[in-house]
Amino acid sequence: MSRRTALGAAAAFLVVAALVAAFVGAADLNPLATAAALIDKAAPFLHLPTSLDPLDKAVLFQIRLPRVVLGALVGGLLALAGAGYQGVFRNPLVDSGMLGASAGAGLGATLAIVYLGGAGPQVVPVAAFVGSLTGVAVAYATGAAASRHTVLSDGVATLLLAGIAVGSFLTAVQTFVLQRSSSDIQAVYSWLLGSLSAASWQQVTTILPYAVVSSAVLLLHGRHLDVLAVGDEEARALGMRPGLTRAIVVAASALAAASAVSVSGLIGFVGIVIPHIARRLAGPAYTGVLPLSLLIGAGFLVLADTLARTVLSPAELPIGVVTAFVGAPAFVWVLRGTRHVGT
Amino acid sequence: MTDLTAVDVTVTLDRTQVVKAVSCTVKGGGWLALIGPNGAGKSTLIRAMAGLVPYGGTITLDAVDAKTMKGKERARTLAYVPQEPTLPPDLTVEQYVMLGRTPHLGYLATPGRHDRERVGAAMARLDVTKFAKRPLARLSGGERQRAVLARALAGDPRALLLDEPTSMLDVGHEQQVLELVDGLRKDAGLTVVSTLHDLTVAGQYADTLVMLDDGRVVASGTPRTVLTAPLIESVYAARVNVITGSDGHPVVAPVRRPTQEVHDQP
Repeated sequence: MSRRTALGAAAAFLVVAALVAAFVGAADLNPLATAAALIDKAAPFLHLPTSLDPLDKAVLFQIRLPRVVLGALVGGLLALAGAGYQGVFRNPLVDSGMLGASAGAGLGATLAIVYLGGAGPQVVPVAAFVGSLTGVAVAYATGAAASRHTVLSDGVATLLLAGIAVGSFLTAVQTFVLQRSSSDIQAVYSWLLGSLSAASWQQVTTILPYAVVSSAVLLLHGRHLDVLAVGDEEARALGMRPGLTRAIVVAASALAAASAVSVSGLIGFVGIVIPHIARRLAGPAYTGVLPLSLLIGAGFLVLADTLARTVLSPAELPIGVVTAFVGAPAFVWVLRGTRHVGT
Repeated sequence: MTDLTAVDVTVTLDRTQVVKAVSCTVKGGGWLALIGPNGAGKSTLIRAMAGLVPYGGTITLDAVDAKTMKGKERARTLAYVPQEPTLPPDLTVEQYVMLGRTPHLGYLATPGRHDRERVGAAMARLDVTKFAKRPLARLSGGERQRAVLARALAGDPRALLLDEPTSMLDVGHEQQVLELVDGLRKDAGLTVVSTLHDLTVAGQYADTLVMLDDGRVVASGTPRTVLTAPLIESVYAARVNVITGSDGHPVVAPVRRPTQEVHDQP
């Protein structure tokens, strides 16, 4: 499939997913009235009459729509961050939670729930955001310091290993904190599994600036990631500065993943599976993989969240369970059809 | 046409001097081949010329000190092809050749019409246009080497630095690739610096040979003056005859010791 066709298909997928999500939910809204209300919102100059009563309108515009938009943002950011990391590390098995990002977010959220529980619900996202970025910063600094004393010439493997070490350490600290405060296990656990049930326009506007900046930076570095694919030495011979590119892409990916995780909790599989699907659709060039990952990730998470809130309606499944339930078999399918797992 | 000169170039890797005060020069449009036994410092010297390892001494490109050039500027002048280039298997030939335009693109620029034209011209020159949409993993050894040279050529360099460009090829493909390089040198006026492990082949294509041993220059000059049996025997610890081939170039033929000397009898 050409890159342009693939992008068109992915955009269409996102639109369809968003529409499905807007029409489906625990509250039984009249589909025709819902459609009329949506069109009226999008194009008020048409003065379309809608029979949706004020309560249903509130459900649609204050509960469902912010959740759809937030789901799209979170899914797009996670997939984009995963693709960015995969490009930087020249390794298709890396995901958005690498380098201590997930472990840091988990520790941050746990500390906030256990020690700052009285300070209100806004504290947890902030703590998860700060924890995630701190985790990546520590892993990156450790890896950069270690790679100066190693035989691994380009430092990529050292960085990944440092990320694993830092991640394990942060998870250990988190477990320790949690063991000392067993009354919070339920709250922490449900955060870790991920949910968009608290979605609001306020959350959307909070993460939007980070989402825009990190996505723009990543989308603008697709060509640089393609050059990095030939290795640091050849990239330098082409006049690039691989270390600088790596630092910029890691920072942008970390920011994207942290802002997603802060409002959604830990959602697995999106950051690793979606870039693979993008690659299968339009080839390995990151100039295509990055925008495709953003669109497909957004659509995928909106659909996954729709399942999470409707399968056991009115109860909700954790969205992390849905993405893994759909994602794991999808991943096996992708691996089956992958000719080259390595680069 | 770019003159390339190295004066007293020294490279230290892991506290070991690998290249020791090497001086050599190649005139614009010339072909300089670095020869010498394994570990003599040939590849390291070529990497120093490409600006990929720190070095002492001076390397000049048309009398401009290479250390004063920015990475991109140097990359526009010199195209470097390592012995084993990394070929992302799923990238198409066209996408791969486009990477050669990198030194000409601004930080956030995307390749434009001129870049696509240069890529098209480079692919046509190396005769890989018919594979343009094929992934690199599905090329044969000779096709792959042509794709790599097309990438080097796409950057419109003035000199090519080739580290063992034919080490993976059979004799027919080796000749084909070296003839292509020689053709580029002649029509585009490209200066060529290459390492070549086959001494006969080095003498056939290069106009200047520089023989390195343990990081030092032990001989340099025309093939006829450098490729002599006593020198090769002492530097390589080999036994060879040097004869004159039908094309007038020296041919270095290995000679086997009499068997009783090879197999020490108990």
